[in-house]
Order: sequence, then C-alpha cells, then structure tokens
Amino acid sequence: MGPRLGVGRVIFEVFRQEKKGQPFAHAGSVEAPDAAFADAWAREQFGRRGESEGLWLVPRSSIHAITEWADEFDLKYRRVDGYSIKERLRIARDRAAADR
Amino acid sequence: MRATELLQIADDELILGWRDSEWTGIAPTLEEDVAFSSIAQNEIGHARALYELAAAELGTDADALAFDRAPDEYLCSPLVQLRLVDDWAKTIARRYLYEQADRVRLAALMESGDPEVAGIAAKMDREEVYHRMHAELWAARLHDEPRFRDALEELQPYADAERGTLLPGFAELWEEMTVVRRSAPGAAW
Amino acid sequence: MDARTEEFIAYVQDGGQVEATDWLPDEYRQKLVKFVEMHANSELMGVLPERDWILRAPTLQRKLALTAKVQDEVGHAQLIYRVAEDLGKPREQMFADLLSGKSKFHNVFHYPTKTWGDVGVIAWLVDAAAIISQKALLKCSYAPYARIMKKICWEESFHILHGRDVILAMVTGTDAQRELVQEALDRWWGPLMQFHGNPIARDEDPMWFWRIKSQGNEEARQQFLEGYVPQIRELGLTVPDPKLHRRDDGVWEYSEPDWDELRSVVTGHGPRSAERLAFRARFLEQEKWVRDSVLAA
Repeated sequence: MGPRLGVGRVIFEVFRQEKKGQPFAHAGSVEAPDAAFADAWAREQFGRRGESEGLWLVPRSSIHAITEWADEFDLKYRRVDGYSIKERLRIARDRAAADR
Repeated sequence: MRATELLQIADDELILGWRDSEWTGIAPTLEEDVAFSSIAQNEIGHARALYELAAAELGTDADALAFDRAPDEYLCSPLVQLRLVDDWAKTIARRYLYEQADRVRLAALMESGDPEVAGIAAKMDREEVYHRMHAELWAARLHDEPRFRDALEELQPYADAERGTLLPGFAELWEEMTVVRRSAPGAAW
Repeated sequence: MDARTEEFIAYVQDGGQVEATDWLPDEYRQKLVKFVEMHANSELMGVLPERDWILRAPTLQRKLALTAKVQDEVGHAQLIYRVAEDLGKPREQMFADLLSGKSKFHNVFHYPTKTWGDVGVIAWLVDAAAIISQKALLKCSYAPYARIMKKICWEESFHILHGRDVILAMVTGTDAQRELVQEALDRWWGPLMQFHGNPIARDEDPMWFWRIKSQGNEEARQQFLEGYVPQIRELGLTVPDPKLHRRDDGVWEYSEPDWDELRSVVTGHGPRSAERLAFRARFLEQEKWVRDSVLAA
C-alpha cells in the first residue's frame, strides 16, 4: 500500500476522539507537506462542526501495523471461552444438593 | 458613531468573507479548499455579529445592513474589495496583510469601554488565531516565491488606502450579492 | 475462477469486510476503484452548480449554510479520493481522467442551476436521492469506504435540512417565490428520476455481487419516491409526471425515465458538462505551481 505522491508529501492518518474519555478512532487521512499544514487542514476536515473533542495526526510511515497472529496449539486458557464452567457448576450443585 | 465604527469592520469582514468564499471548490488542493472555506465562513460570522450589534442601535436587522444599503454606503477598505480569485499568491498576500492590520484593530477593540464590543472582539480574536496561523503558514511557504513578494508589494497601497473608497469592481460585486434578495424586496428567504 | 477468489466472494457475500492491506481480486479492485472514483468525481463536480449561488445568497444565514454545504462536498471529495488513492490510483491521475472524459460523474451535476429555486431543490431532493445511495454503502465490503460513508451521511443530513428550509421559506412566501420552486422542480424531476440508474436485476448487478452496494438501483429509486413524493405534494407542489402513482402494493409507477438522456449526459454531453470540466481544468492548471513547487517537500 502506498500511492505515488509528490516528493516530500506525507499522508497523515487522523485519529478522532468524539467525546472526552472515549478512545481515539481512525477517521481518515490527509495528504500534507508537513505537520503544520496537516494541523491546519485536519482540524477543519474533521472538526469544523465541533464534532471532535481531539485529533491525533500521525504520519502513515510512523504506524507499525500488526494483522497476523500464530496460535497453532489452540491455547484456549488464554481466552474466556476456554473454560466450560457451566458443566462443572451443574455437577457441583447437583452433588451439594444430594449431600444435604 | 459607534454604529459607523462597527459597520466599517463588519463591511470589511463581509466583503473579505465574500471574496474568500469565491475560492470554495477551486482552491489549490482539496484539503486547503475545506480549510479556506472555514476562514470565509468565520469572516461572515464576524460580520453578522457586528451587524447585529449595529442593527440594535440603528433599529434594523443584520441582513438589511449587509444587503440593503446602496453601494456607496458601504464602508469597507479597498483591500477587501479586490477580486483575486484567479490568483492564489495575491489571495494569500491579501489575507496576510489583512490579518496584520486586523490584529491591531481587534487589540484596540478588546480594550473598548463598551463591554458588548469588547466581548465580540474577544470572540473574533480567538477565531483569528487560526486565520493568522494559516496566513503565516502560507506566507512562510511562499516566502521565496516571486509571485508572492510581488503581490505583497502590489497590494500594500490598497491596505493603506482610504476606507470607504469604492473600487470599480464593487458595484458588480454588490449587484451579484443582492440579485436574489432584490428580486423580492421584503420577502423571507 | 481460482479458489482464493471463490473464498473471497463467499466471505464478502456473507457480510465480511476487507481492508486496504488485504489481498483483493483484480476484478473487485477494478470495479471498486471505478465506483469510488466516480463518486469522488461527482462530489468534486457537484460543487460547481452550487458555488455561484453562495455569492448570491439572499441572507447571511443562507450564505453561511450554502458555503458550509459546498464545503462539505469538497470535504467528501477529499475523503473519497483518499480511499481511491490508497487503492493505488494517484489523485493527479484521477483528475486527468475526469478532465479527459475517461472517468465520469453523476448526471445531476451536468445540468444548469438557473434560480434560487434550484438551490432549494438540489439541497433537498438531489441530496436526498444521493443520501439513499450513500446509505447503501454503509456496509460496503471495502471497509475504508464504508467508514467514511458514516461521516458523509451525517453531513448530508444537514444539507437536506437546509434544502427543506429554503424550500419552505419560498413556498410560504410570495407567489413569485412559490413559482421559482415549482419551475425548478419541473426541470429537475427528469434528472432525479434518472439519478439512481436504470434498473438492473440483482443477480446481474456487480455492485451487489461484490457487496459494494447493499441496494439495487430500482430499490433506491422506490425509496426516494416513497420518502419524498408525499413531502413534495404536501407543500402543494406538483410532480411533473402524470403517470406517477403509488400502487396498493406500495410500488411506485412512473413514466419511463429517458435512459438515452442519462447515457448522453453521463458521457459528457450534458448542458453544462464541457463548460464545467473546462472550468475545473483551468483552475487546476492555474494553481499547478502551488502544488508542484510549494506543497512538495
């Protein structure tokens, strides 16, 4: 990925926080010669209606993306759905009821 | 007297905003187009706030002041009247010169003994921070560009010229600005 | 067809979405870029019919609202061109193809705007037709495009409110103002009915096949008629199609739109096609020095 750009032009990814306390989510990108222009442009493109609490501008080249994972041996204990609690609980309750 | 002073600034902001809005859709890049249009809208917004203040004093409304005066009753400076839409270097030069002069004017207004005027001036100044940033950003980029230096030189006399002087193009501007409104005087739009 | 493509098709037809960094079948990429490009072109060219009226707006509020609307369209063009750029086509190339006629833009932007009545009709009805098409892209299989559609639809909703307000002011105004609206509606109805394109059966529509759009052309048109004909009529306006009526089963019948006109217009023979492209070309050329020397490095 990466379109042919003029010499020195940078793609800035724009992350937008809609309300205080919320995460910054990816909103789009602007092409600009530097951060100062990206600021001048992104603030209007993503905030002119007061719809953004804050913006983060990050050169695309600074973003290190991770999209592939290896979980070959199916280590279910690392995930919540790896435990069959329901079944064990049923057995324990039945036993407790029988003991009373 | 206060109304006259308000109209001078309002007319400057209206006509400059009108001229700046001529770039909507045709600015050098799409990103700049969006940002520049916000500047134009802010300027019209400033004009409206000032017209409203003057209107209260004069017993009329903001739209009547903005549109229904005769061309020779406008008090704007010659600098803002120039039609520069074919020329980005001149457009930026004008914004740069205007922001320099406007900064001084707004500083004085913010000191005004009149709280309403001082209040509006302070609001305007907070928006102008971004207009100045934008003008300075472009002026720095265009610093070595002969077109820009020539433009500054060419436009300086207009910035210094007598307020209320109407340039030849103004009548045409006024005609277009008021054509729909004049088609049904007194109507609501 | 190879297995990888078959898998991709099954994935998107099941509602799956892909990102810019995912593998995309060539056919999907081509169709997508063409579709996205035409959308971006349309937003860019859509500015031109309206920008003249910014200068003539009859009140300060209308001037601000119309400037904001046109600004939104430029903003949409920016968002959408960026999507196409990240699919591999540079912006300069897209502008060149637009100006040479190689790529297209929607029919409605090839027509003149003659009065303030047009301003109202465009903001209200043309934007309404457009928002229906845009909502059908919110679940686009290509995620970057789907995501920007959310912002675009949100901003379009302001335009429709503004348009409706402009229309209402005129239909409750003088007879001359009412007449402006009816006259504009008479001229815009044809292009509006052509806007969503000729009906294509779902299983023949590549946009549906690849889940780029979630709605067919006729479905969009029906949704437009269902939503807006009652609104038009309740204002006392007449829709200039004597055959237009709603059947008992809810389907709207209408006079066959002029598909020849649509084809002719979209291939660059509309009343304002050449003039507007020339205007665009002129400004792109004039400001080339800004992009080349100033915005580089």
